[in-house]
Amino acid sequence: MARVRESAIVDAPIDEVWRWVRDFNSHRDWHPAIADSEIENGLPSDTVGAVRAFTLTDGGFLREQLLSLDDEAHELSYCLIESPLPLHNYVATIRLMPVTDSGATFWQWESEFSPPPDRARELMELVGHGIYRAGMRNLEKYLRAGPGEGGVLRVARASADTTRMPRVEERPDMPRAAPAATPVAGTLRACAVVMDRHGGPEVLSLRDVDVSPPGTGEVRIRQSHVGVNFIDIYSRTGYFDLITPPGIPGMEAAGTVESVGPGVAHLATGDRVAYACGPTGSYTSIRTMNADLVVKIPDWLDAAHAAAGLLKGVAAGFLLHDVHPVRRDEWVVVHAAAGGVGTLLTQWASALGARVIATVSDSEKARLAEANGAREVVIGRGQEFIERVRQLTGSGADVVYDAIGRDSFEASIAALAIRGHLVSFGQASGDIGAREIGPMASKSLTLSRPNYGHYIADRAMMTMQAERLFEAIEQGFLKIPSPQIARIEDVVRVHRELESGRTSGAIVLEV
Amino acid sequence: MTRVYVSSVIPAPAATVWRRVRDFNGLPEWTPFVAESRIEQGLPSDKVGCIRNFTLTDGGKIREQLLALSDYDMSCTYSILESPMGVENYIAKLSITPVTDGNVTFAQWQADFDCPPEREQALIDQIGRGVFQAAFDALRQSFGGR
Repeated sequence: MARVRESAIVDAPIDEVWRWVRDFNSHRDWHPAIADSEIENGLPSDTVGAVRAFTLTDGGFLREQLLSLDDEAHELSYCLIESPLPLHNYVATIRLMPVTDSGATFWQWESEFSPPPDRARELMELVGHGIYRAGMRNLEKYLRAGPGEGGVLRVARASADTTRMPRVEERPDMPRAAPAATPVAGTLRACAVVMDRHGGPEVLSLRDVDVSPPGTGEVRIRQSHVGVNFIDIYSRTGYFDLITPPGIPGMEAAGTVESVGPGVAHLATGDRVAYACGPTGSYTSIRTMNADLVVKIPDWLDAAHAAAGLLKGVAAGFLLHDVHPVRRDEWVVVHAAAGGVGTLLTQWASALGARVIATVSDSEKARLAEANGAREVVIGRGQEFIERVRQLTGSGADVVYDAIGRDSFEASIAALAIRGHLVSFGQASGDIGAREIGPMASKSLTLSRPNYGHYIADRAMMTMQAERLFEAIEQGFLKIPSPQIARIEDVVRVHRELESGRTSGAIVLEV
Repeated sequence: MTRVYVSSVIPAPAATVWRRVRDFNGLPEWTPFVAESRIEQGLPSDKVGCIRNFTLTDGGKIREQLLALSDYDMSCTYSILESPMGVENYIAKLSITPVTDGNVTFAQWQADFDCPPEREQALIDQIGRGVFQAAFDALRQSFGGR
């Protein structure tokens, strides 16, 4: 067994060195022996198990696999899978330590392998000097010169498509903050959508931000897909007081756990997860988050669908089970049945055996509502609707799920049976305003105004809601419609379109 | 548990630096703050378990016990038995690592201990700056560094 150990003092802060070293796909930028590098299978380049394929400057080809990555200890290890040289059983470790009295970094790079005896000396020299020493010196030079053009870390984006990575620079209209001088230990650089003030879509801009390591009860997530919801518009304009600028909007995302803070037992690094809750801040490639509200997603659910469907699916779940537990053969009215939550309510209530009367605004959406399982579809919410409900039910609907608000409130009341239940959970047509409650006594009606946050307030509730949703999807009760996927750079356009009602179906931002 | 970590680069080969610092009874030779030192019960100063009893230049007295010594890793670990500093469960490790590119030495000194929260910052300063960094500064200068 041959053992090679090289070390150097690199004149740069440890966090700066580590940012590059930990990126398993970054060698082509700073290592003189590596001409090109690619991570196979589109994995993020800091995923343990990721395989990189190197093309060497001399034309050779080799493949290496990341075996461990430890941001706390600034240590990683990897092995050779395929190599033009007989470096059998090659396992290498890189470890960084800070030089506290100068701000520099101690870098140790070592490996063990089994060379043919007659080539041991030559190979040890090649690995130690040609690879390790040359690499350490070159990264120092590279950092000193400033990564400059193309020097955007790919790893922070955790995206499959590395060729698309240096996106921020490609868009001069997107202001980009200068990198922080010395990141705090353990921070990661993320690409985030930041708003400096409340306002129109134009207040959103892409920036690099530093994401601190997870504290007690927290996890840090590398996000691949971010769900876009109408509430993001309300928080951007300031209609809902959810963001004090400068801040990052968004309530929903899916990705992979990057690291886990103390006291978190239900999640581990590498878990595929999603969340759909406050506080705002999901429009980013990396985020630190209260672990209680983060749930694991099943193997069969991809991240794009999880980011598109978790918030709406959880909402549909508690509306149908907790706010008003829907029973077999009940008459259930769902307004806006082709919309995000409406689609899921219609599917799920039908699967529970309820008889769904769906309302929509046009014939195109009527076909969607029918496909979702509605017993009856009505276009519009006027007198015709009220009469049709009476005709079908005899005595009126048992429950009305109403996210239209101002324009549908009276019709919803009128469509209900004695002891019926109006579940008012949105106001797409505008604020409902002050209403008389006196007339509700004429039919002994119940009115609910559920708040999403109160149904996912802690880990037990969140887990229960998420499991119920995943089970319903797995059993075929529900199908999360495939979302439109937009790039995070296009967030301004996406907000503009969502606000103007030009979109249909869920939208997710690919990070 | 409070941790103090200080590291430095010493302009000399690791084996040379290690020879200087491995003597558990040698603090007066290379640190500026130890006036005199002896090993209790006449034990050799590289016997694991031996206790050094030393007097600081300010008159303070400290007893420390050698817990581990490795010539292979070039490190030594010790605990404080008695000191005027008011720390508990104090365990420190000094380690010397070669820097192959440049033939210099990476020196690390780390301590973990318990103390009352209101004294934590003062102790971190006192141990980190007044002891570890001061010793490394003297060591560096003795090998011709700045």
